[in-house]
Amino acid sequence: MTSRRPNDEVVIAPKNTRKAAGDSMAHDSARGHVRGSAVYVDDIPEPKAMLHLAPGYARDHAAGTVTHMDLSAVRAAPGVVAVLTASDIPFVNDCSPALGDDAILSDGDITFHGQVLFVVAAETRKQALNAATLAQIEVDAAAPTISARAGFEQGSLLMPDYTFKRKSDSTGTANAAHQQQGSLTMGGQEHFYLEGQVSMAVPFGDDEMQLYVSSQHPAEIQHIIAQMLGWTNARVMVDCRRMGGAFGGKESQAAQWAALAALVAYKTGRPAKMRLDRDDDMRLTGKRHDFECDWSVSHNDAGVISNVEVDLISRCGASADLSMGINDRAMFHADNAYFYPDVRITTHKVWTNTVSNTAFRGFGGPQGMLFAERMMNDIAFRVGRDPLDVRYDNLYRDGADITPYGMPVTDFTLPDIMQQLEASADYRARVAEIEAFNAKSAFTKKGIALTPVKFGVSFTLKHLNQGAALIHVYADGSVHLSHGGTEMGQGLYTKISQIVASVFGVDARAVRASATRTDKVPNASPTAASSGTDLNGKAAENAALTIRARMARLAASMFNCDNETIIFDGGMVKSGDSEIAFTELAGQAVLNRISLSSTGFYATPKLVWEREKAWGRPFLYFACGAACSEVEIDILTGEMRVTRVDILHDVGNSVNPAIDIGQIEGGFVQGMGWLTTEELVFSDDGKLMTHAPSTYKIPTAYDVPEDFNVALYSSKGNLEDTVHRSRAVGEPPLMLANSVYCAVHHALASLCPGQSPDLSAPTTPEAILDAITKIQAAK
Amino acid sequence: MRSTIEFLRGGKLVKLDGAMPTDTLLDYLRETGSCGTKEGCAEGDCGACTVVLGSLDGDKVTYRPVNSCITFLPVLDGKELITVDDLSVKDGPLHPVQDAMVKHHASQCGFCTPGFVMAIFAQYHGNNADADHEGVVEQIAGNLCRCTGYRPITAAAMEVCARAPDDVFTSRMRDTSALLADISGGPLKMEKGGYMFAAPQSVAELAEVYSQHPGATLVAGATDVGLWVTKKHVDIKQVIYLGRVKELQDITSTDDAITLGAGVTFADAMPHLETYGDDFQAVLSRIGAKQVRAAGTIGGNIANGSPIGDTPPILISLDATITLQKGETTRTIALENFFIDYGSQDIGESEFVASITVPKPAANTHLKCYKISKRHDQDISAVLAAFNITLSGSVISKCRIAFGGMAATPKRALALEAALIGFDVSKFDIQDVPVSKLNQDFQPISDMRASAKYRSQVAGNLIIKALLELQASVAGDAA
Repeated sequence: MTSRRPNDEVVIAPKNTRKAAGDSMAHDSARGHVRGSAVYVDDIPEPKAMLHLAPGYARDHAAGTVTHMDLSAVRAAPGVVAVLTASDIPFVNDCSPALGDDAILSDGDITFHGQVLFVVAAETRKQALNAATLAQIEVDAAAPTISARAGFEQGSLLMPDYTFKRKSDSTGTANAAHQQQGSLTMGGQEHFYLEGQVSMAVPFGDDEMQLYVSSQHPAEIQHIIAQMLGWTNARVMVDCRRMGGAFGGKESQAAQWAALAALVAYKTGRPAKMRLDRDDDMRLTGKRHDFECDWSVSHNDAGVISNVEVDLISRCGASADLSMGINDRAMFHADNAYFYPDVRITTHKVWTNTVSNTAFRGFGGPQGMLFAERMMNDIAFRVGRDPLDVRYDNLYRDGADITPYGMPVTDFTLPDIMQQLEASADYRARVAEIEAFNAKSAFTKKGIALTPVKFGVSFTLKHLNQGAALIHVYADGSVHLSHGGTEMGQGLYTKISQIVASVFGVDARAVRASATRTDKVPNASPTAASSGTDLNGKAAENAALTIRARMARLAASMFNCDNETIIFDGGMVKSGDSEIAFTELAGQAVLNRISLSSTGFYATPKLVWEREKAWGRPFLYFACGAACSEVEIDILTGEMRVTRVDILHDVGNSVNPAIDIGQIEGGFVQGMGWLTTEELVFSDDGKLMTHAPSTYKIPTAYDVPEDFNVALYSSKGNLEDTVHRSRAVGEPPLMLANSVYCAVHHALASLCPGQSPDLSAPTTPEAILDAITKIQAAK
Repeated sequence: MRSTIEFLRGGKLVKLDGAMPTDTLLDYLRETGSCGTKEGCAEGDCGACTVVLGSLDGDKVTYRPVNSCITFLPVLDGKELITVDDLSVKDGPLHPVQDAMVKHHASQCGFCTPGFVMAIFAQYHGNNADADHEGVVEQIAGNLCRCTGYRPITAAAMEVCARAPDDVFTSRMRDTSALLADISGGPLKMEKGGYMFAAPQSVAELAEVYSQHPGATLVAGATDVGLWVTKKHVDIKQVIYLGRVKELQDITSTDDAITLGAGVTFADAMPHLETYGDDFQAVLSRIGAKQVRAAGTIGGNIANGSPIGDTPPILISLDATITLQKGETTRTIALENFFIDYGSQDIGESEFVASITVPKPAANTHLKCYKISKRHDQDISAVLAAFNITLSGSVISKCRIAFGGMAATPKRALALEAALIGFDVSKFDIQDVPVSKLNQDFQPISDMRASAKYRSQVAGNLIIKALLELQASVAGDAA
């Protein structure tokens, strides 16, 4: 018999305390988090002779061409070992996710403030940061294009416009009683992951490179570095154990820093670490796209829509990055949960001299959806109905269930969710109270809104909808799990461990999720689009099922029974009266020369999407939820406070309810930040002025109301065959915060009955006071 | 004179030689293998690097959270240092604060978690009565979390901080006090290659060392100077630390006035300033957060000459004076005259702010203060307004009004003050409020915090707001 580990009680769990799918077990790193012992890239003990890097860029320019760059002072600075420029890159100078338009080191074009022109390697990080400021850079400056509106008016477009369009004979503008126009400016958002961008490259001899990164997409980093060095992918290994937050900001944006670390390691033969200073991180990496929306809507007296035409104008920045997918997703969600009989949705992707905007939780969805919700408020205020009733009447429903891109809306739990939330949040009574309060209160106004979220789950780039995993069962019955997904705090490793544990009938703590590594699972998609559990959970489940089938065959031969009668439960493998501990069966499998290692794979079924036709089924399903928020505003100062939030969200059959609730609460608050306190300010010459937490304000604990009630919808499970019939939860809850914006808008509407306030987002005190001023001026 | 930093950690005395004056505590920790403490922003705005410093307060040890990223290492001298790495032993049980965090699912990515654990640890060893939602939120206002939305962290803190502290730090409290008493003596001065760090212990020593090193930078909490080092990469060669100058920590109260030593932290000053009313307290509770208030001082808030410090406009409205000292010579001036222009104050070479004296409120005076910022906590004001108004019945008989964020210095609104004399707050039309007088007093600028237009508009509206609140309190008094 093989020896057992001393703590194998973890492996054989008492039946009733089994930690598997469906349990609210703690995050697998929770104890490490609270002790400070969970290791992030900058905590890894540094190899000998480590070099520390800093990026160098023209400090005063957002647009132009470098005419002369004198790096002698940089090279002469204390501790500097190497200063590299574009000409030092052996092969391909690109770190873009798709279109080949993001230079790792620019060879002289400056297209935004912070474009990296050189990298400094020094003995200490302080020396590198100091040296990076010493370059003498002369620039033939050009006039920068900064805002989306300005770029749009100049015709500065990154790529062609794209439109969804549907026109029927029986409906449309002609039959509508009302037609109204609107426009909305919504700001971008900085990710503000607490752990900044960081990568460490360790050369392994002359022809291999290992990287330790904080990235949602290690495979892409592997490919970019191989391509940069002219190597095959197989010579580069990329490892990511965990990120200190990512939120989309480490999907494509981690690559440049990893590539620079690899370049220095390649050139010097020494390990190299690039950890961006917070101000550089905020200046040099992309953010959520800010949008301008202009629309026209036709509706009847009840506010039921017959036609919507909307132009979504986004600031993409100085390269494509993921802007196409993000803008497409804004279009996919410009309907949110509502049926538009006739519709035209167009995106205009504006090229600007600002850092290239990128993925951020929701990936364009929040912007498309906020437009829809603001439009609902406008319609309701115009026709004099409660906005919730206008929302209900426009929801997808029987006979009105095809999206503007041709996908039928099925398994649509939203009407039920909204009605349940309306009751549990006591919506109607509170509306009456608020109206009474506002009638009496001259300088404080309250507002409330209950808004839905319907979010399409799947990458809209079809090939990314694949997951893979590698599982080993060791002779002591412990399980080693690798999969292509990365851990950024969302509890992915925990959930997948639970899924695998369920297959083997063991405690999830017996499943050890290892760092995500490109040499364990190749060609993995980014952990993004809320798909981490859907894709990698299914893949890991498949891998575990393969091993379980082999173990079941062995058990059946030992018990003299049919394979089909074998069950794995409570740490035991049994059939009838026969049983053997899972740990022991694993040992037996080794003795019987049975492989206890398997890969697993999953490709999302049913997806059909042809972008040219703008028609098909880009998503496997929709994730739904709703939120009701109440706010109070001071109309003298524009100060606002969120006073109560109620959320009901559908995660299907939850793999881990505690983790899912954490995603909902955290996503909501992050969305609330986007729409309230978080404001990106660029100077006229293109410099980001809010490049540190002293000037860029994400929510603190005070901003979250004490009265914050989050519940999971009692689901019968996803009708699609997702892992454990769960629904994705990463991004959708962020958009629940649209209720905060709409509640502020509602509070302001009390100042102008029959009209809709002109309120931009974020709703800073200044934005709110500005809206009030416009209301008063119109009187 | 000592040249070795001495502090307690893990119940043991640590002696540290050769530290540079502006080495940060965070870098020291991470470079010596204590990697539990994280760097989030290196400017004291995110709290990820929060550690706790214990200092002797009588025979008790008081624990306060500080941002280690902007705490200069020599400041540790004479204190107990507690980091997340010190709370529990490997493979042993979790500390009660850590345990509560796990139980409430209060970590996701985990990067901010050590900072939260330490901020909550300080409260766990502080006043249990403050462990309600409001108290906990105030305790963690200086810690940013981007994942959880705070709800589970707040819940964990409320649960654990409601209990009496019971951990290794309570059980060895007596030893800790004795050890701290032992190492708390004797001025510190370290010099190396043109670099100097001095921690004088009396005003006389301070005056002497500052005369010897007139180019030195005076540092109390380093909540501003720390950023010169971590953000602007300024190479500060000579630092004189004020935190151990005994007289600068004094708070004295007479019938007429309260005098605060320039080294009194916001945290220590707050209870003594209650006599000036709730509005002042509310602003004080929004200066930075606990970490900043535990280190930062009102003296520093004045001496750094910032146009957007929160206390100067309030203190100007209260007609505060400051006493400056150079060598043995002292002089006292009105605070409003200290601020000459942006970056220029009435202070000479080797002269330092010794104390601030604030007259106690006279009868029938009302202090109204407003801080306007994008975020409630840990934010810098776009505008700060302070109205110190004396009423005769319901008529304004005297007023001092000052604003921050409206000019290159904190500044009185003299035209507005003149226009408000004789104003009857009991009944007025909003159109009659002399808001336009502000245009004579201020021409604010636009920046990333607010536009000039908003600053002007909100400043005007704050006059209305103050008068409306006075109206309500007059009506309340009458009823």
